[in-house]
Amino acid sequence: MNTKGRFGKFGGQYVPEIVMPALNELEEAYIKYKEDPEFQEEFRSYLREYAGRPTNLYYAERLTKHYGRARIFLKREDLLHTGAHKINNALGQALLAKRMGKKRVVAETGAGQHGVATATVAALFGMECHVFMGAVDVERQKLNVFRMRLLGAKVIPVSSGTGTLKDATSEAIRYWATNIEDTHYIIGSAVGPHPYPTMVRDFQKVIGEEIRRQSLEKLGGLPDYLIACIGGGSNAIGTFYDFRDEKSVKKFGVEAGGRGDAAGDNAKTLSGTGEPGILHGAFSYLLQNDDGQVVEAYSISAGLDYPGVGPEHSFYKDAGVAEYVSINDQEALDAFQRVSRIEGIIPAMESSHALAYLEKLMPHTKPEETVVVTLSGRGDKDVQMVAKALGEEA
Amino acid sequence: MTRLENRFAELKKAGRKALIIYITAGMPDAAGTIEAIRRAEEAGADIIELGLPFSDPMADGPVIQTASVVALQHGMTLPKVLDIVREIRKTSQIPLVAMGYINQVHHYGFEKFVEDALAAGMDGLIAPDVPHEEAGEMRKISAAHGFHLMEFITPGTTGERMEDTCAEASGFIYCVSNYGVTGVKEIDYSIIGKVCAEARKHTEIPLAIGFGIGTPEAAAAAGAHADGVIVGSAVVQRLLDGKKDEAMGLIADMRKALDESFG
Repeated sequence: MNTKGRFGKFGGQYVPEIVMPALNELEEAYIKYKEDPEFQEEFRSYLREYAGRPTNLYYAERLTKHYGRARIFLKREDLLHTGAHKINNALGQALLAKRMGKKRVVAETGAGQHGVATATVAALFGMECHVFMGAVDVERQKLNVFRMRLLGAKVIPVSSGTGTLKDATSEAIRYWATNIEDTHYIIGSAVGPHPYPTMVRDFQKVIGEEIRRQSLEKLGGLPDYLIACIGGGSNAIGTFYDFRDEKSVKKFGVEAGGRGDAAGDNAKTLSGTGEPGILHGAFSYLLQNDDGQVVEAYSISAGLDYPGVGPEHSFYKDAGVAEYVSINDQEALDAFQRVSRIEGIIPAMESSHALAYLEKLMPHTKPEETVVVTLSGRGDKDVQMVAKALGEEA
Repeated sequence: MTRLENRFAELKKAGRKALIIYITAGMPDAAGTIEAIRRAEEAGADIIELGLPFSDPMADGPVIQTASVVALQHGMTLPKVLDIVREIRKTSQIPLVAMGYINQVHHYGFEKFVEDALAAGMDGLIAPDVPHEEAGEMRKISAAHGFHLMEFITPGTTGERMEDTCAEASGFIYCVSNYGVTGVKEIDYSIIGKVCAEARKHTEIPLAIGFGIGTPEAAAAAGAHADGVIVGSAVVQRLLDGKKDEAMGLIADMRKALDESFG
């Protein structure tokens, strides 16, 4: 086994030979700039001045009262520029691409948040940008499609397969393989071949580092529980990573339970029937059938319906570092409305899955404990879809 | 010597180039695949690459993607592909290598796959998403069973990686002609030709060029730089369109072009 980029047995580089030299070039550049103070300062400066970091660790007082148990804090990644944590990674990778002399970036997107983040940084750094998006997602996330076009990106609908995130990812890889010399592929989650899962995690780990610092300031200690939603798992790994060795901090990764337990009705890669397999370059848990064909994932949330998951999460699951659970469509819709009404914050449908898990966790918590939920994005993009789901006019 | 090594040795002795034809297993069904393989052999194919249809073929262009979808919709599975191989072996000794993404093979169990594939009469595996670095264990298991796990080189394979790949190659080396995915397009084969010449310094294993070859002229142009050529999308497109005779005609024309140019 290639030991490069492994988390236990998970990870690796299962890609066509044609992209191997590019992965090696990327790994070399990443290792170099990871230790380069100038690069790190530039990255931090953009996070601060452009994206709006640090984000608040907000005490959700009314939500806390609603449950009457542990204190609830929300890590407000929804307040970042472009409205989600995706900008952290997009900025980091675009800066790296610039250093590597690439003139074009390509990305896949599900809900459109990563596509918008990539289109944004491409505009900022004057790079050409192509975003691949499943045709089904283009339909259900029209607002984000328009945002990307406004930012100067070319949005390419992908109708192969089922026309969702996994197909958009395959198509982005194909485009990258064809244009590898002048193009950098900005993967949007902590998935894919090495060095992506490590690199994306490193660009997102600022979430957990800030939670630690802010918790120490505000609470005088670490939180007892961390909750984050998982599609590919970038906001969750960003939240968990800094606490990976803290056994006292219980970590919950919330997957999409969709509309049921049947194959094709959910995205419960870690919390359901997923088995280790290989998709998009990495060995990780995967939703697949008895013949080893990838099973379509489903969720009401376009950012969570991915049949794979980041390899570091697979390792965390097997090693017991974090616990992986699921929330179904209805529970997420309820949380979307509940948090809107109680806190005046409209959360993204993805983040609503993490917020919905409070219903299950809170009864088991004590008033002296604290829970931090990573609110990975804002819900404006979902308003139309939610209105439709509730049978209302938007 | 294995069936595959034997075939390359015979061709080399005759000064001929190998014509390797890719056919998606189960497109449109098992019987159609068996018929296509028989006819391809009659038309002049030396080796068959039998595509294991996969839900997410990331190294393939639209034609092979579509063929994979059709095959899966019609219920093709890995065990059924082995049935096809057993059926072919009743009447033909043409070398058959599987071309399949690694997840389904991994899910089946790699060693079990090698054993069952060999027993059925399969000669090797081409796994497009397993680069040299990830192949270690699979290479060991394959070698122990006398099964070929093919390696890849591309215009980007250089230096130490080229040497390592050549040193551990088995069967033949799949030489990818250009940056991109499978599918017919116009290609300057002298680029991969230089890469093949470099590989030749490190290994005696046969080299076969694939990706892009759609005409007899392209087959001859690619053939000049290697021991064989691999043709997939051009044949599969015609099979998808139900134009079997045209597909076989193309194979025959490619055979003719190769034999007129070499040997």
